[in-house]
Amino acid sequence: MPELERHSFDVLVIGAGGAGLRAAIEAREHGLRTAVLCKSLFGKAHTVMAEGGIAAAMGNANESDNWQVHFRDTMRGGKFLNNWRMAELHAQEAPQRVWELETYGALFDRTKDGRISQRNFGGHEYPRLAHVGDRTGLELIRTLQQKIVSLQQDDFQEFGDYEERLRVFQEFTVTELVKDGERVAGAFGYWRESGRFVLFEAPAVILATGGIGKSFKVTSNSWEYTGDGHALAMRAGASLINMEFIQFHPTGMVWPPSVKGILVTESVRGDGGVLRNSDGKRFMFDYIPEVFKDKYADNEEEADRWYTDQANNRRPPELLPRDEVARAINSEVKAGRGSPHGGVFLDVSTRLPAEEIRRRLPSMHHQFKELADVDITAQPMEVGPTCHYVMGGVEVDPDTGSSSVPGLYAAGEVSGGMHGSNRLGGNSLSDLLVFGRRAGAGAAQYVRALGDRPVVAEQAVAEARATALKPFQHEGGENPYTLHMELQQSMNDLVGIIRRAGEMEEALQRLEKLEERARSLTVEGHQQFNPGWHLALDLRNMLLVSECVAKAALLRTESRGGHTRDDHPSMDSEWRRKLLVCTTSGEGVRVEEKPQIPIRPDLLDLFDRTELEKYLTAEELS
Amino acid sequence: MSYQGKFRVWRGDDSGGALEDFTVEVNEGEVVLDIIHRLQATQAPDLAVRWNCKAGKCGSCSAEINGRPGLLCMTRMSIFEESETITVTPMRTFPIIRDLVTDVSYNYTKAREIPSFAPPKDLAPGEYRMQQVDVERSQEFRKCIECFLCQNTCHVIRDHEENKEAFSGPRFLMRVAELEMHPLDTADRVDQAQDDHGLGYCNITKCCSEVCPEHIHITDNALIPMKERVADRKYDPIVWLGNKLFKRS
Repeated sequence: MPELERHSFDVLVIGAGGAGLRAAIEAREHGLRTAVLCKSLFGKAHTVMAEGGIAAAMGNANESDNWQVHFRDTMRGGKFLNNWRMAELHAQEAPQRVWELETYGALFDRTKDGRISQRNFGGHEYPRLAHVGDRTGLELIRTLQQKIVSLQQDDFQEFGDYEERLRVFQEFTVTELVKDGERVAGAFGYWRESGRFVLFEAPAVILATGGIGKSFKVTSNSWEYTGDGHALAMRAGASLINMEFIQFHPTGMVWPPSVKGILVTESVRGDGGVLRNSDGKRFMFDYIPEVFKDKYADNEEEADRWYTDQANNRRPPELLPRDEVARAINSEVKAGRGSPHGGVFLDVSTRLPAEEIRRRLPSMHHQFKELADVDITAQPMEVGPTCHYVMGGVEVDPDTGSSSVPGLYAAGEVSGGMHGSNRLGGNSLSDLLVFGRRAGAGAAQYVRALGDRPVVAEQAVAEARATALKPFQHEGGENPYTLHMELQQSMNDLVGIIRRAGEMEEALQRLEKLEERARSLTVEGHQQFNPGWHLALDLRNMLLVSECVAKAALLRTESRGGHTRDDHPSMDSEWRRKLLVCTTSGEGVRVEEKPQIPIRPDLLDLFDRTELEKYLTAEELS
Repeated sequence: MSYQGKFRVWRGDDSGGALEDFTVEVNEGEVVLDIIHRLQATQAPDLAVRWNCKAGKCGSCSAEINGRPGLLCMTRMSIFEESETITVTPMRTFPIIRDLVTDVSYNYTKAREIPSFAPPKDLAPGEYRMQQVDVERSQEFRKCIECFLCQNTCHVIRDHEENKEAFSGPRFLMRVAELEMHPLDTADRVDQAQDDHGLGYCNITKCCSEVCPEHIHITDNALIPMKERVADRKYDPIVWLGNKLFKRS
């Protein structure tokens, strides 16, 4: 057995997207020796795919905006299932986190008076999204990456070593967290390039691994999104909440087949784009739900006036929260009013001059031209729902990002609670920054207060190694690619955008069989940069997380946000008071109900009573 | 609409390798990366390739297709004849790790050698004011997805390994230009561009701009303006004389 590579740090951050990098910056600025572990190259994380912007109530575009309005919008978007404390912290701190990016070198689009420009987005009452054209995620990741480099340069000045206190291990996969008793003690994984194993000893681990979209067939998510952090947390004894809530973004590309699912930014609608069916009708007017009737225009004239006069008109229904728009598109296609390739039409060409479209939506223009031969300045796009985001994740303490396992933290998409049952567009990038920073600070505080450092048991290391090598032990077993495709098809068909009890039960049966077959996965070749092996290890996480989604979705007998039940179509105030908590003790997933924490009275006072009546039970209102 | 396409893919590692022939299904609307993925799923499960977003946004899947540097995810199969044999090889300028995956650490080393954004000391967060027209120059360069195709193509290092030490390549000279043109950056970047990053090695053949998948005008908008600033500072005879006479440094 080759000797094991070992490293020791104060804080390990798993994942190098927005949340991971912001957490690492914070831990390092607290003076702790910090490592970032990421599956891709540094700077390639899925955050680059974010297009529209970062939601922050800076009030640059409309002075009436403030954190209370942002808080209200976030709670409405999540249908009041959100962890109110997270929503509060998020709304309060997002502006500071955006301004801080400017001090790192970010260059946002500007208003006429030189401040950060803000754009409209679904569910946000005022123009609120700081943006750079439609490539805001790239700006965010590059800015944080460059801030990390800047901190490394400081260390070089001081110690003569760039990596003295902050080191990035890229193309590295963590397969297991290791513990010392109840506490986290480090992480075990392998270099993707060489397949060699590494043990990291660290008293604090921050999960920032993003989402789970790769368990679904049609998704906007990249290969990295295999639910690693969700699964690592569960296996380490932490709990997940809200796993039944999956956001299907209303507008993904539907053609050609090879790009099916790739995101079409909500900015297209924010900047004036409209949705039409095959009859040419702007169908969203038919889909305004009761709870939003007073906020959204019921005719085209008023909706169009809103773009120039927001004070005296209601918003166009194309800008309803994402869950509403996705369901509406789904219904139109089912009713036979879809586009030739099974979506609907999203048209900005008749709404803005070509020059303006190219300026505001450059990457959409580029993406459609290059991948679909469609010129969006002259033709409509064809779009349909795509699996985009998981609202559920590790149950954390809002202020510190700490999970129930001492030393284990989570931030960003892998954490749960902030977005309730549905996330608003633009609230993801701000979530990454606000809670990335908080988790970094929380972990730093924990490490500082620690008496004795945890010790990794050699037995745990040997087990982790054996598990990782298992796919090489079998011959003639299952092909991981085949298994992955079957998993994606099952989740897409049976636990997708519209759910039914019978189908989810079938999904659980299929998952059980897949789990069984996964035990005899076979991988050819050797450990060096072997994608078959990588997928075999990721599949283990995908299967565990998919089971959480299906089990929780089956239990929640109501429809809310990113969870729509055909057999229980309405929202139920009793269910708002309950969270479904997923845990595992090794074999299978256990899901239990837990009471939701009641909203603090002063935050409840931010809403009209008539609005609260739509969501809360009579008992809560009395 | 499907057909059997002919492919030659380079397979091997740092000790050597060769082109391997494959015949594989190609469907309407697909890109080269789809074909590589089909090869992995059906014929060569351990074929190594880097990729991520599959939408031309992350810059991971850089390679050379029929000898031309490009992103695998943005090269559509429809640009080729059905009878054509398509050759896919790794980027040539960087050391091979395995198959289509190369060691791009040179780029990360160079990135670290460029002094970071130097913010104005008298402005608090939230007080930054910049005009759109002024940020647009650097914004063009910040569109860079770091696919390193420009680095791969630039003959200064593609054909001269020995220049890697002294030359940061188009991507990172553009980064210097981006900071120089940042409306609020307080550092002076002109001398370092020439002295530390080898701007003088660039002889503006524009190959970098030609392969840029983001269509950034690297040469025209970043490198040439930087060269002009260097020339003004270092080689303008009147400035030179003034410096001599008045002992400015």
